[in-house]
Amino acid sequence: MSNDDIAIIGVGMHPFGRYDGKSALQMGEDAVIDALTDAGVAWGDVGSLWASSMEVFNPEAITGLLGLTGIPARSTFTGCASGGNVLAQAANSVRLGETDVAVAVGLDKHPRGAFSAHPSVSGLPDWYGEAGLFLTTHFFGMKINRYLHDFGISHETLARVAAKAFRNGERTGYAWRNKPMSVEEILASPVLNYPLRQYMYCGPDEGAAAAVVVRADQAHKYGGTPVFLKASTLFSRKEGAFELLSPSLPIEPAPSPTVFASQAAYEQAGIGPEDVDVIQLQDTDAGSEIIHMAENGFCADGDQEKLVAEGATEIGGRMPVNTDGGLLANGEPVGASGLRQVFELANQLRGRCGGRQVEGAKVGYAQLYGSPGTAAVTILST
Amino acid sequence: MTAVPIARDLFTWPSDSPALLAGRGSDGRLEFPYRTHRLVGGVREELEKVELPTRGTLWTFTTQVFRPPAPPYSGNDDNKSFQPFSVGYVELPGALKIEARLTEPDPEKLRIGMEMELRIVPFGTDADGNETLIYAFAPVEEGETA
Repeated sequence: MSNDDIAIIGVGMHPFGRYDGKSALQMGEDAVIDALTDAGVAWGDVGSLWASSMEVFNPEAITGLLGLTGIPARSTFTGCASGGNVLAQAANSVRLGETDVAVAVGLDKHPRGAFSAHPSVSGLPDWYGEAGLFLTTHFFGMKINRYLHDFGISHETLARVAAKAFRNGERTGYAWRNKPMSVEEILASPVLNYPLRQYMYCGPDEGAAAAVVVRADQAHKYGGTPVFLKASTLFSRKEGAFELLSPSLPIEPAPSPTVFASQAAYEQAGIGPEDVDVIQLQDTDAGSEIIHMAENGFCADGDQEKLVAEGATEIGGRMPVNTDGGLLANGEPVGASGLRQVFELANQLRGRCGGRQVEGAKVGYAQLYGSPGTAAVTILST
Repeated sequence: MTAVPIARDLFTWPSDSPALLAGRGSDGRLEFPYRTHRLVGGVREELEKVELPTRGTLWTFTTQVFRPPAPPYSGNDDNKSFQPFSVGYVELPGALKIEARLTEPDPEKLRIGMEMELRIVPFGTDADGNETLIYAFAPVEEGETA
């Protein structure tokens, strides 16, 4: 894949949280208008749209709010990796010559409480749900429990990751959870899935995010400040990977799809983890952030204990992770979450993040991971 | 009222020495839960139904402290009477890691690497009023032999 052929010229977001009386499509409309304004582009100039949502069957119906211009408007959903995927599809529609200006948007509005579905939609037998095994949260607890055991990482490190997320959420201003909590308070919250506690989990919520993409050689024609799409990858799980909702696993393990998505993304971008200035990782729970630091090449397995303690992942540290508070502080409207990462990175690379700005950030990295074992990585640069 | 497995082809039953059932292809790969067929080398193949080992080691575990959303959960309890349980993967040597409910709910009494063995335990009630049975793994007591 060629580098620097696609530019993001605008990003927008409807903050994540709870908005009674406002639909997912209305939040998506706000996010797209925000992104178009940022880009200096009129809706009438947009030639294709890709949308993603878990709760809305036809999120591309957002054209009904933005204007019925007859453009190809499509949706795709790849679980928590959706945001990275719709950005890639919007970029591809520009590459294919379908349009000069494409919009990617994610929007969602989840009911309160844990996700509930029928096992058959995941290809699993009924008894798996009846027996109380059809819960994605079991995977997060079990993966980090094994990881803590194998690499000598403490429960305090899990709490430090969550504490950082809420501190960054406070700096971000619009984050859903924006009240700092101490490591002690987090460790005193109830265990939900051992060793994960209440404040070590993100919650499903509501919101939307959007991006406007154009051909890089035309980026100067628009009013916005461009950032460039250096890499965009998506991998599904391979035989042996420890994944969500698996009644059994082979004895012989295989790496997570994140490892493959990450390696392919560095190759596309022609850079390594040492070149990244600001990082967004899928922090469904505090353990996921710790595991994903290593799976994305930012450290060796086990080094997280020391790195987190010495503040390496803080804003101002040498590998700032989830500068806007990530999923832990913002919650996860699943269809929108990946484009929130892109919103934050694009703003960091343009120096627009105020009190949470990573000074001189030139390269941003975003990773998504979710059911049924799908990972996506996006790399952006100035 | 009789006790019946929660699903067919999950484990041998009735049996004095029950075992979980898996499907084995000509490439030797095991599938749990058992399924009738899969692609082997790109060709659809019927799988042989085989019994899995009944003892292994605890590979990892976690806990469930609130009643899973129902449906699909069909436990014989409500939000008040629900008892927290634990879930883990038990590595059955030479076979598979199996996800299962564990009979010991207290995470402080579980240890990665500990010996575990298969149990068939009562779970809920089916549509005909029969007690249902599911598989679980229990820690092997110190000094106990296979």
